Amino acid sequence: MKKYKEKIMEIVFLIAACVCILAVALICVFLFANGIPAIKQIGLFDFILGKTWRPANNLYGIFPMILGSIYVTTGAILIGVPIGILTAVFMAKFCPPKIYRFLKPSIELLAGIPSVVYGFFGLVVLVPVIRDMFPGNGTSIFTASILLGIMILPTIIGVSESSIRAVPESYYEGSLALGASHERSVFFATLPAAKSGITAAVVLGIGRAIGETMAVVMVAGNQARMPAGIFSGIRTLTANIVIEMGYATDLHREALIATGVVLFVFILIINLLFSFFKRRSKA
Amino acid sequence: MEINAINKRTFAQKMKSYKRSPLSFIILLFVVIAAAITVLVLGFLIGYILIKGIPNLSLDLFSWTYTSDNVSMMPAIINTLIMTVISLLIAVPFGIFSAIYLVEYAKKGNKIVEVVRVTAETLSGIPSIVYGLFGMLFFVIALGWGYSILAGAFTLAIMVLPVIMRTTEEALLAVPDSFREGSFGLGAGKLDTVFKIVLPSAVPGILSGVILSIGRIVGETAALMYTAGTATAVANNLFASGRTLSVHMYSLSREGLHTDQSYATAVVLLFIVILINWLSGFIAKRISKGNN
Repeated sequence: MKKYKEKIMEIVFLIAACVCILAVALICVFLFANGIPAIKQIGLFDFILGKTWRPANNLYGIFPMILGSIYVTTGAILIGVPIGILTAVFMAKFCPPKIYRFLKPSIELLAGIPSVVYGFFGLVVLVPVIRDMFPGNGTSIFTASILLGIMILPTIIGVSESSIRAVPESYYEGSLALGASHERSVFFATLPAAKSGITAAVVLGIGRAIGETMAVVMVAGNQARMPAGIFSGIRTLTANIVIEMGYATDLHREALIATGVVLFVFILIINLLFSFFKRRSKA
Repeated sequence: MEINAINKRTFAQKMKSYKRSPLSFIILLFVVIAAAITVLVLGFLIGYILIKGIPNLSLDLFSWTYTSDNVSMMPAIINTLIMTVISLLIAVPFGIFSAIYLVEYAKKGNKIVEVVRVTAETLSGIPSIVYGLFGMLFFVIALGWGYSILAGAFTLAIMVLPVIMRTTEEALLAVPDSFREGSFGLGAGKLDTVFKIVLPSAVPGILSGVILSIGRIVGETAALMYTAGTATAVANNLFASGRTLSVHMYSLSREGLHTDQSYATAVVLLFIVILINWLSGFIAKRISKGNN
């Protein structure tokens, strides 16, 4: 009796472990099964490289949205990565314990704030400021980049900090012994050794930025046309789905799911890159 | 840092060495400025929302029903609670059980473990809007549940599953092997050892994973809009649609008519997030105390 129980529970645990696999499989199957037919009907090239998105006229080109996603992500990386890495360096190597005790929970709090709250903050603070200072009406690639740059900070800081801490102290000490200052030792001995970990942090940040939906929808303007400069509005892949899904039907709806498929493929590539760099930093 | 403790330098000496090597000073400057920016942004964000939002918190906003005149957030708060509880009821057992399998049962070099790890990592990288799409296609349409709390809860459960799995795994790995050996030595079976010895000592770690998940559930919007829907009333059964607090806030600020109420909702969301962070910090402190 007891033996049966042991065996049964082992199988239960195994099944639970397989739920993850099942979930990923289901997500792939359902997304692709619903998205691929639309891509076929529209034509892969017309869909991915088409420059007009006008569902009313049966024009489904998501190239503007792909560009939009790439632009805001690039902007977020340009803003978030330098600040994030430098903050991580500060936390790992410069910060007195007293400040650290306050700083670490603050970064965690930054990570926990919901994206709607970020979006709302962007809407009521960033948009008016940028409207006053720059051309355009405030909702733009630039605004979305700043907001996303802030949002990816905790991700980049967290992963970078732990990879900087993982570098053997002997690197730093060796550099000090050769007469380099504390700052030089950290920057030219420790930091290069943490390179793959930091790269993993950046890749993870890219994943976060490209997948972010609500905050971007609230500040990016969402015009489905080719971007016309960093102070003009833009629509990302994620925004396209969330804005039109509510009322879309037939091919339009399937085209939105296909947009999700394209986003999903982007994310899969980014995930692969991330695990590649993470493995390298462990090796 | 350690060097400083052994060989303390005065401020003047430091300044002198910076004069000799301006690059070091520039590096220091950049690093400090970056950290200051991070803190200031966070401080400004929280401060701004609290200062603008707290005066807008009124009792009306917590009345039991939502009307177009009084966009009460109480139904949304209740829906959030329901959503959190159901999502956790689904995700926690699966997360804990799969972690138990990975840590306690799987043998080294097991192929399944490898696949589970990769898929869990994939799951944690998928953006919430893709979860939302999947939830809509699978739970809402294929299973015919319609926009419902249940569809939303299942979608969120899949989303937080890797979080619970990973934290439980780490907590189980942190339990020393001597506990298991002692239990086996006293004649207990594997199952009893897992449930009565290993799992109880891993509870704080598991709890911190659960709290982290609560944070993600409460803050989620994109995955819920097309699974749980945006109905403004309290969901009276599992197959009814209902908006959570984050979805409520998105709808309010999207309409643009209720900025004040949006501020108030943001304050409530912030309070919840701060509370959750404080709780998880508290538990983390208890874990590290226990280890010493």
